[in-house]
Amino acid sequence: MIHLQNVRKRYRRPDGGWFEAVASTSLSIGAGEIFGLIGYSGAGKSTLMRLINLLERPDEGSVIVDTQDLTGLSARELRRARQNIGMVFQQFNLLANRTVAGNVAFPLEIAGWSKGDIEKRVAECLEVVGLTDRAGHYPAQLSGGQKQRVGIARALAPNPKVILADEATSALDPKTTQSILDCLQDINRRFGVTVVVVTHEMNVVRSICQRAAVLDAGRVVEVLDIVDGRIEAESELARSLLEAA
Amino acid sequence: METLTFADALANLSMMAPEIWQACKETALMLVIGLAAAFCFGGPLGFLLYLTQPGQIFAHRIVNGVLGWLVNLVRSFPFIILMVSLVPLTRILVGSTIGPVAAAVPLSFAAIPYFARLVEQTLREVPRGVVEAAEAMGASPLQIITKVLLVEARSGLISGVTILTISFLSYSAVAGVVGGGGIGDLAIRYGYYRFQTEVMIAMVLLLVLIVQIIQFVGNRLAARLDKR
Ligand SMILES: Nc1ncnc2c1ncn2[C@@H]1O[C@H](COP(=O)(O)OP(=O)(O)OP(=O)(O)O)[C@@H](O)[C@H]1O
Ligand SMILES: [Mg+2]
Repeated sequence: MIHLQNVRKRYRRPDGGWFEAVASTSLSIGAGEIFGLIGYSGAGKSTLMRLINLLERPDEGSVIVDTQDLTGLSARELRRARQNIGMVFQQFNLLANRTVAGNVAFPLEIAGWSKGDIEKRVAECLEVVGLTDRAGHYPAQLSGGQKQRVGIARALAPNPKVILADEATSALDPKTTQSILDCLQDINRRFGVTVVVVTHEMNVVRSICQRAAVLDAGRVVEVLDIVDGRIEAESELARSLLEAA
Repeated sequence: METLTFADALANLSMMAPEIWQACKETALMLVIGLAAAFCFGGPLGFLLYLTQPGQIFAHRIVNGVLGWLVNLVRSFPFIILMVSLVPLTRILVGSTIGPVAAAVPLSFAAIPYFARLVEQTLREVPRGVVEAAEAMGASPLQIITKVLLVEARSGLISGVTILTISFLSYSAVAGVVGGGGIGDLAIRYGYYRFQTEVMIAMVLLLVLIVQIIQFVGNRLAARLDKR
């Protein structure tokens, strides 16, 4: 479903030199998989994830999502392709002046859905995340966990093939974290959506991922397989992340 | 100079009612033209200033730099000097340099960059992440402007309009004195040059009342639109 081929991303440093946030990296994520990107702060997890929907454009390499190479698309084509890739954020990034229903409707309005279709789909998505009774509330009236559910419903609304979640649970307490992870897993199982999660917590990986790439200094150090919550780690880094959990 | 009783003062003022009403209309005309220019040109200019900043969707260093410089240039003129230096332009545009329409020319000139900065400032308060979320959903620049920035910044924009209106009520008084007419001009002509202090006091009270009303309405509207 997602193929990153030799992608590389560098940033200009203030001193004029280059900083390599993602070194030439290749990674394939299968359809219907829940895939983790794990590593310590600054490892390049977010950058790698943002390459998938081209929020960051790679300096080199290609990004193929659902058989389409995004790097070759025009601005208009890229906007269409992005409607196929939902995104969930650590800080939720909801529209404060729109209701819960309005937020979930937003990507559908962007995609040009009819009013009737939007209404139906919004109701379905709120049902999935269990927020039907909050449809008319504003984000300021919700708890963190509820806000994240709105974020997930919003990402799910346009029937995407892929959902990207960047530290989606890092602002939440452990119990709420588990319920959000369950929600993502539920969506993955019911609708076959491919899910990519960025996290620095091995527990998140253990709880929902089938595979996870361990990142360090912009490189994939190891790809872990998670079977029944058990993780065989070879690299030093993966072990230290496991111990921290 | 003989002393006036309160009743005499009221009688004088009521005799002047038509002139006061005329002055109000002139002030309103100056304001309406100035504010309309601020919306039509200053608003888009404010958006452009914001959108061309580094990291924004139309990031462009040169365009941003040039626009910022122009805005600062106009804003650094003391209003009275701006008025005088725009006399030739006013004559070309309006055909005369007296009357409220003529006075509205320098008012508009001052209002455009002023409002542009207010808009830019307000837009900066919209969290970058919200704009980014819209980008990730495939929103076009126009959709980001109309469905994200305008909606998320709306109560701040209303507050900006309130500030603009009140500032320009005061500017319009200055413009009035050099031939524009309006409330400020009336106050000066009668209250200062003809020693009819009651006219001055009445006009100032009128301005105080207008400012209070504008601020009250602005605050109410802004609070109502703010769901944050
Ligand atoms: N726009 C940018 N300009 C310059 N440097 C950047 C930019 N974005 C990221 N970086 C750098 O790239 C490196 C990787 O950043 P990234 O956000 O991908 O890390 P991360 O693994 O997600 O970390 P965290 O867990 O703290 O979110 C960091 O050192 C960061 O400073
Ligand atoms: Mg990150």
